[in-house]
Amino acid sequence: MVVNIPNCEQVWREISNYVDGDVDAALRASMDNHFRTCRKCASVLAGTKNVVALYGDERMLDVPAGFGRRLEKRLAKKAAVKGRGWAGWTAWVIPVAAMALIAGTLMLTSSSRSPLKSQHAEPAKDIPPEMVVVVSSGAKLFHVPGCEFIHDKASERTLTAKEAMQEGYVPCPRCLRQYLKTGLTRESEGDHAAEAEDERGEILRTAGQ
Amino acid sequence: MSEPEMVLNNPVQSATREQELIQSVQRGQSELFYELVRPYERRVYAAALAILRNEHDAEDAAQEAMLKAFANIRQFRAEARFSTWLIQITVNEALMRRRRERTVPMEGLDDRRDEEAEYAPRDFADWREIPSEALERKEVRQRLAEALGTLDRKYREVFVLRDMEHLNIQETAEALGITVASVKTRLLRARLMLRDLLAAGWEQGWFSRLPFEKGTKPW
Repeated sequence: MVVNIPNCEQVWREISNYVDGDVDAALRASMDNHFRTCRKCASVLAGTKNVVALYGDERMLDVPAGFGRRLEKRLAKKAAVKGRGWAGWTAWVIPVAAMALIAGTLMLTSSSRSPLKSQHAEPAKDIPPEMVVVVSSGAKLFHVPGCEFIHDKASERTLTAKEAMQEGYVPCPRCLRQYLKTGLTRESEGDHAAEAEDERGEILRTAGQ
Repeated sequence: MSEPEMVLNNPVQSATREQELIQSVQRGQSELFYELVRPYERRVYAAALAILRNEHDAEDAAQEAMLKAFANIRQFRAEARFSTWLIQITVNEALMRRRRERTVPMEGLDDRRDEEAEYAPRDFADWREIPSEALERKEVRQRLAEALGTLDRKYREVFVLRDMEHLNIQETAEALGITVASVKTRLLRARLMLRDLLAAGWEQGWFSRLPFEKGTKPW
């Protein structure tokens, strides 16, 4: 079946998806027909392909002179600090961690999902599960790395958003606010006010540090 | 050709070598981390530059992101693409810096309306393919970069991640914290605007030393 595309505007609307191969067979066939007869749309298609090919070329990515050398230097410095830290810690951290893991496994019941750390909050909606986020011990929120409201940066730990939510963390209302928008439509305004209060408290504590 | 270049030119060998490097660094061979990230340093820098638009800030954010990746390499899961993980950390770092240093207000309603309005192409000249050899000339690369720099932030960021960093639509949406539908709308507009800018550039002779027939445009 060929989908009927009556005008050029509809072709332009789909042209990016067409270049990406993200249109179904019927629409593709219909657009192919249109390109054969419409010089304007053939020009738009060709130009779009030129843009994608030129900007997608590796040669368009450039770094300032000395970038690699400076990065290597910073990494070496960081590795030296990390190495010192590991030498002292590994002697006792690994056995302790192993014991904690065994104890943790025994404590697991039917569900592996922890209760929410904030009693008044709900987990984020539509948050990408593989997004890299940061949590810290004693806090209730998870953040994008580098958020200025991370509570106790010394105990920072990186994980995916999915893992953070499984551990009961809730999204930071500052750096992850776009994922809280659905929360604003909840019927219970009282719950939302309590949640906001809860999170504001954590941010203020962090800011006061 | 040197041995590392031969490995990088073979995708299967390159992916295997990357897996080996990741495992070695995760086991504590920190000195191999630079070798692991070196193939991506240009992509990481470009992602930071697209968001911060300042070379100094972009370099600092890109390097800080690499340090964060190094510090958290044990959290990296083999099922994810290392390059995507690295770029996601970079985008987070750059967005965080921009939020921290922002002096202008967030995008308002007008900005969203602008996105919904359709963009109509302006130039319909006959098409010729621009050969990729054009990119050998620094002047051409600079012109293209300048054209990209004139796009609004939201279009530029999506275009760079999708068409220059080669993230897929879903990954681009996740990296920027926007919907898949928004990525598609912004990408379409960015490509059409750049197409018109390049057409105008043709009029101004950007590609004048290229072997096109007299009187024809690249499209």
